Amino acid sequence: MNDVVKIIFKRLGLGLVTLLVISVIIFSAVEMLPGDIAQAVLGQGATKENVAAMREQLGLDRPAVVRYFEWLGNAVTGDFGHSLVSQKQVSSAISERFANTLFLALYAAVIAVPVAILLGVLTALWRNTPFDRVANVATLTSISSPEFFLGYILILFLSVKTGYFPSLAKINAEMGFFEKLERMFLPALTMVLVVVAHMMRMTRSAIINLLASPYIEMARLKGVPGWRIITHHALPNAWAPIINVIALNLAYLVTGVVLVEVVFVFPGIGQMLVDSVTKRDFPVVQACCLIFAATFILLNLAADVGAILTNPRLRHPK
Amino acid sequence: MSKETKPELIEQMASEAKNGRISRREFLQYALAAGITASSGSLLWSSEVAAASPKRGGTFRWGIHDGNTSDTHDPGTYVTRQMIFLAHQYRSYLTLIESDNSLGPDLATEWEAAPGAKQWTFKLNKNATFHSGRKVTANDVVASINHHRGEKTTSAAKALLSDVEDVVADDDHTVTFKLSSGNADLPWLMTDYHFAICPANADGTIDWKSGDGCGPYKIESGEFGVSWNLSRHNGWHGEGAYFDAVEMTVLNDPNARQTALVTGDVDCVSLVDLKTLSLLKRNPNIEIDNVPSGAAITLPMFCDTAPFNDVNVRNALKLSIDRQEIVDKIAFGAATMGNDFHLAPGQPYFPESIPQREYDPDKAKALLKKAGAEGLTVSLSTADSVFSGAVDMCVLYAEQAKRAGIKINVVREPNDGYYSDVWLKKPFSAVSWGSRPTPDVMFTLAYKHDAAWNESHWQNDRFNELLMQAKAELDQGLRGEMYNEMCQLMRDDGGTVIPFFNNFVSARSKKVMHGPELAASWTCDGARAPSRWWFA
Repeated sequence: MNDVVKIIFKRLGLGLVTLLVISVIIFSAVEMLPGDIAQAVLGQGATKENVAAMREQLGLDRPAVVRYFEWLGNAVTGDFGHSLVSQKQVSSAISERFANTLFLALYAAVIAVPVAILLGVLTALWRNTPFDRVANVATLTSISSPEFFLGYILILFLSVKTGYFPSLAKINAEMGFFEKLERMFLPALTMVLVVVAHMMRMTRSAIINLLASPYIEMARLKGVPGWRIITHHALPNAWAPIINVIALNLAYLVTGVVLVEVVFVFPGIGQMLVDSVTKRDFPVVQACCLIFAATFILLNLAADVGAILTNPRLRHPK
Repeated sequence: MSKETKPELIEQMASEAKNGRISRREFLQYALAAGITASSGSLLWSSEVAAASPKRGGTFRWGIHDGNTSDTHDPGTYVTRQMIFLAHQYRSYLTLIESDNSLGPDLATEWEAAPGAKQWTFKLNKNATFHSGRKVTANDVVASINHHRGEKTTSAAKALLSDVEDVVADDDHTVTFKLSSGNADLPWLMTDYHFAICPANADGTIDWKSGDGCGPYKIESGEFGVSWNLSRHNGWHGEGAYFDAVEMTVLNDPNARQTALVTGDVDCVSLVDLKTLSLLKRNPNIEIDNVPSGAAITLPMFCDTAPFNDVNVRNALKLSIDRQEIVDKIAFGAATMGNDFHLAPGQPYFPESIPQREYDPDKAKALLKKAGAEGLTVSLSTADSVFSGAVDMCVLYAEQAKRAGIKINVVREPNDGYYSDVWLKKPFSAVSWGSRPTPDVMFTLAYKHDAAWNESHWQNDRFNELLMQAKAELDQGLRGEMYNEMCQLMRDDGGTVIPFFNNFVSARSKKVMHGPELAASWTCDGARAPSRWWFA
C-alpha cells in the first residue's frame, strides 16, 4: 500500500512540473496571438493614443518575461491575479462557472458511466447478436455526430416538438437542485451520447479479450452461467483499460464542452475561456487552461491508481 | 366573430378607439347598436383596442445576441450589443432617438446653441435620479463626458469629441459645451451609446464600476455574457417603462435564440437568422420586426486610380448592379436598396427627392463607350468576414455586370486582417459600415477629402465646402438642402457603389406590443424595447 502512496506523491510532483510547463506554453501562445488586449477591447475605431493609454494602465508596456514571472510569483502564493478586462479577481470570476461545468460533467458522468459499462457487459455477453449490433451502431452514430448537431436534434425533438425539456440550460445559484437537473437535462444527455460509445466499446472488447483465456474456459466447463462468468471472472481482470477510458472521458466532459455550452446557453467555463482568448485576457486564459490541465493530470493519476488497486499483481509486487 | 366577416363600421370604430377618440363604454354601445352581442363586442375591445394602449406589468424576457463574458460597465469600452442594449436600460443619455427617428429629450429637457453652433447649453431634467436615490446634477454630466476626453482616456469615443474644448456646469442643472468649431449636430452626437451619464466621484472621475445609473431599469443581479435581471426604477424621469422587470439573456447562437423564442423561453430576440426568416414567419405566435437601418454595405473605388478616375466608368459600374436582386437573394429581403449616397431612409436629412438608381446595363454600356472603356475588366476584393454573403453578393454583381459588357473578377481575400490589408489598400473592395447618428459624422469619417478613412479617395471641392458649411448651420431647412446636394454629388460623382443598407430584423411573441413606429438607431426600437414596449 505504501507504494501506492509513494506513486501518488511522485505523480503529483510531476503534475506540478507539467502545470508549470503548460503555463509557459499558454503565456507564450497568448503573447504570439496578433494584437493585444488594448486593441481587442477598444476595437477598430481606437486611436493610437487610446491604445497606448490602455496599455500603460494595464502594465502591458513592460517586457513579457517580467509580466510572466510577476504572474507566476503571485500564482504560487494562490493569487491568480485580476482579469485585465473586468478587473475582477480571477478566482471569483471563474469559481461559479467552473462549479457549473463540474456539475454538468458530474451529471453526465453519473448517467454515462453506468450505462456504458452495463451496455459493454451486455454486448459482450450477447456478442454478435442483433442487440450487440444495434447498440454498436447507435452509439457509434452518436459519437460520430458533432456535439452541436446532436444538441440541435435533441432540442428539436425533446423541446420544440414535444416541449418535454427546456432548450435553454439557464441556471443560477437560487435554483433548486431538481430544477437545475431538469434545465440541464438536454446538455447532459448530449454529452452522455458523445462519451458512451467509447467507454462501452472498451468494456466490450476488454471482456471479450479475456473470454478466450483458459481460466474462463475452466469456469464455463464448471457450468458457471454466462453473466456470472463476466461479472465474477472477466470484469475484475478487465478493469484497468476500462478505468483508463473512463478517466479520459471524464476529463473530456470537463474540458470539451464549449460547443454544448453555446448550443444550450449554459454558463460554464468553456465560453469564458473562448471570450478571454478573443480579448487576450491572459490571467483568465491561464487560469482556465491550468484548471483543464489539472483535471487531466488528476484523472490520469486516478486511473493509474485505480488500475493498480484492481490488479493484485501490481498491488503486491515481488 | 372572425376577421373576415367584421363589418367595416366596427373596424373604423376600433381605429377610432385606438386613437383614444372613443371610450370603451361608447365602443360597446356602438357595437351593440351595430348588432354585435355584448360579449363579442367586449372581446373585440380587448383584442383590438386595449392592445394598442400601453399597459403596465409583466417581465419582459429578452434574448440578445453578441454578449461577451469579458465585457465591463465602462461606457468608454462598450463594444458588444450586450452592453449597448444594457446601457439603454440602466443608464440615461442627454438626448435620445425617438421611435419616429427624431431627436428627443432624455436627461436634457431642452438644448440651445449660440449662433455659429460653437457653444451648446443643455438644461437637465430636475426630477432625474440615480438608482441609488441621488439626484442627477450637472457635475455628473461633466464627469461623464470628460471620461471620454483628455490624454489619459481609454474611451473609443474620444474622436467623436475631438472638437469639444470644454464642458462646464453653469449651475446644478445646466451644462455648457464649448467647441473649437461649430457643430450643429452636437445634440445628435449625445445619443451615441458611449455617452452614458454615470454618477460622478468627488475627484471628477465617474463611478462606472458599481453599475449605478439613471435609466428606466436598475440592475438587480447579472453576469456579463450570461444574463441580467433588471427591475423598474421608480424614480425614472421619462415616460414608459411599462414592464415591472426585464430579464436579458445572452443567446449568442442563432439557433438557440430562435428556439428560445419558439418554445416561449423568451418574449423577444434581438436578431433573427435571415436564412430561416421565411420559416419563422410561418409561426402564428411570432411577429417579425424588419426595420431599415443606417448600416451600409459599400463598394468603394479609388477615384484617383485608373480606370475609376473617369466618372463615366464609376457611373457605369453603379448602373450595372441590380440592387433588387441582391436584396432579394443575398439579404433574403431584409435590406433596403442603396442609392449610392451614404444615408439611409429613416436617418436625419434623408433626401426623399433623389430618384432611386435602377439597373440599366444599356445606359452603362453607353457610358463606357463615352469613356472609351468598352470591355472593361476590374477586380473586386471581398471576404466572407465582411458580412455573411459578401462573396456571393460580389459574384452575383459580376454576373449582372456581364450584361453591360463589364468583366468583374471577384477576388476572395483572407478573412484575417481584411480591414488592415485590403480595405483602403485595394482599389475596389467590399466594406461593411456600422450606422452613424448623423450624415455629418458619416461624411466626415469616410468622404471628406482629407479623411483617413476616405475609402474611395474622392475629392470634390463643392462637397467638401458644403460639408463644412452644413456642420455649423443651425437652420434646419438650409441644412437639409445642403445634405440634399451633397447626396446628389455622391450619387452622381462619387466613387462608392452602395448595394444596400442592412435591416434590423428582430422577432417577438405576439403578446408583446409596440407603437406604430420603430427607431432605426439600433435593433428593437433603438434598443429601448424594454422602456417603450408592453404586454397586450
